[in-house]
Amino acid sequence: METILEIKNFNFTYAGALEPSLKHIDLPIHTNKVTALIGPSGCGKSTLLRAMNRIHDIYPGHTYEGQILLWDQEAQKHNNILYLEKEDDMIALRQKVGMIFQKPTPFPMSIFDNVAYGLRLSGVKNHSELRDRVEVALRGAALWEEVRDRLKENGMGLSGGQQQRLCIARAVALKPSILLFDEPTSALDPKSTRAIEELIEELKQEISIVIVTHNMQQAVRISDYTGFMYLGDLVEYDTTENVFNLPKNELTKDYVMGRFG
Amino acid sequence: MQNRLKINKIILFLSTAAAVIGILFLLWILLTLIVKGVSTIHWSILTEDLINGGIRNLLIGQFVMAGVASVIGIPVGLMAGVYLREYGRNMKLVNFIRNLSDVMMSAPSIVIGVFVFALMVAPVNSFNGWAGSVALSIMMLPIIISTTDSMLSLVPNELREAGMAIGGSKHRIILDIVMKSAKVGITTGVLLAFARIIGETAPLIFTSANSAFLTFNLNDQFPSLTVAIYNLANYPDEASRNLAWSASFVLTVIVLSINLTGRFLTTHKKRN
Repeated sequence: METILEIKNFNFTYAGALEPSLKHIDLPIHTNKVTALIGPSGCGKSTLLRAMNRIHDIYPGHTYEGQILLWDQEAQKHNNILYLEKEDDMIALRQKVGMIFQKPTPFPMSIFDNVAYGLRLSGVKNHSELRDRVEVALRGAALWEEVRDRLKENGMGLSGGQQQRLCIARAVALKPSILLFDEPTSALDPKSTRAIEELIEELKQEISIVIVTHNMQQAVRISDYTGFMYLGDLVEYDTTENVFNLPKNELTKDYVMGRFG
Repeated sequence: MQNRLKINKIILFLSTAAAVIGILFLLWILLTLIVKGVSTIHWSILTEDLINGGIRNLLIGQFVMAGVASVIGIPVGLMAGVYLREYGRNMKLVNFIRNLSDVMMSAPSIVIGVFVFALMVAPVNSFNGWAGSVALSIMMLPIIISTTDSMLSLVPNELREAGMAIGGSKHRIILDIVMKSAKVGITTGVLLAFARIIGETAPLIFTSANSAFLTFNLNDQFPSLTVAIYNLANYPDEASRNLAWSASFVLTVIVLSINLTGRFLTTHKKRN
C-alpha cells in the first residue's frame, strides 16, 4: 500500500474545550517516507501527532471525530483507530505506532531493561531472544557500540543524546510500522541532533516516520513530505520540496520564509 | 538608615535567641536521657523480661505490634496513595480523601486509642495485641498516604506517557515505572511512619495495655515498651523508675536511628 496512515476529515476537541483544536484535517502518511509537521506554537501539530497513537487517551474526556485509518498488513486493509476502545487494542496500536518525546524519557531501570521492557510487555520471555532483539534494537539506534559494556547500568546515567537514542531503540525493538517523533531534538545539542537525524534517515528504510519539528531546516533536511499547520488547520501539504520552494498558500510562504513563527 | 540597622540587629538577636532556646531544650532532654539512661542501663535488661526487671519482652512486643501494624498499614496506605494520584478521576472525592488524611495526621493519638478501644477491646472485654496493632496502623495510614501521594506527583507525566507509548497497561506502568521512580521517597515515608508508631504510647494504653511476660498471643494483653515506660515512671520504687529511664534511652536510640536512616536515604538520593 502507498499510505500507512490516512487521516480523513479529522476533528479533535480537548476535554472541557468548546472549540475543536484540530479542524477537518486530511493528511496521508506515506509508507517508508518521512512526513514533517511544521507550524507555529499552538497550531496543533503535536495534538495531531498524539492522536495517531491515541496517547491523548491517558487523560479522559477528549473527543475525536472523523477517521484515522491505519494499514493492517495481515488483513490487507485500513482500520479506523478511532474505533478502538479496549485497553488491549490500544496496547496493540501503540506497539505498531511508536512514539519518541521531546524530553528523553528513559525508565528508571538498566539500559538493557529499558529496551527489553516493551518486549517483555509484548510477551517475549525467552532470555536469548530478548538479548538478541535488544542488541539489534540498540544497533538500529546507533547506540550499541557506546553501551555494549554497560548494559546493566542505569539508563538515566546516559547523556541526553544517548538517552534519546535509547528511547528510539526501545521503540524500534517492538518493530513498529510507524514512529512518531515529537520534536525529538529540541532538547539536544547540534551533534546529538545530527546523530538523531541520520538515524531517522536509516530508520525510514523499514519504518514510516512522522516528525513534529520547530526547526524548518530540519524538516528540509530529513523529510519527504511536509504539512504546514496553523491554528488547528492543515493549511498546506505537499512534498517538502514544493512546500519550501513553491508554497501555494501565502501563510505557508510567510512561515517558511521566516516572516512569523 | 540608623533605625533600619537597629531593627535588623534586634530581629537577628531575637531569632538567634529563639533558635538557641529551642535547641537548648532538645539537648537538655537528650542529655538527661543519656545521663539517666546510661547510668541505669545494664546488659541484663535486654535479656530479661519485665517480670524479672528487664525489657526483652517489651521490646519484642513493641516490634511485633508495629510489625503487624505495618503489614496492615503499608499496603493499604500505598494503595490509597496510588489511588489518589493515579486512578482518582473524581477530583472532589480525591481532594476530600486527601484533606481527611491530612486531618487524621494531626488527630490526637489518644482519640485513635479510644476509638479502637470501643471497637476491638470493649466488645471482647479484654485488652489485646490485635487492637494495639490496629490502632498503630491507623496512625501510620495518613503518613504513608500523603508521602506516597506527593512522591508520585513528582514523577513527570512524560514518563507515564512514554510507558503507555510502548504498550504498557496502566497498572504495569504504575508498578514498573512510576513507583520505581518514586521508590526512595516512598521508602522514606514508610520508614518515618514506622518510626512514628514505634514510639507511640497513647494508642496502646487502652488497647494492648501491657504484659510482664513474653508472649506472642495477640488475643491477650500484649507487652509494650512505651506503655511500660508510662507505668514504670509512676511507680514509687527506685528500681522501676530506673528501668523506665533505661527503657526510654533504648527507645530513643531506636527511633533516632530509624529517622536518621530515612534522612540519609533522602539526602543520598538528592546527591545522585
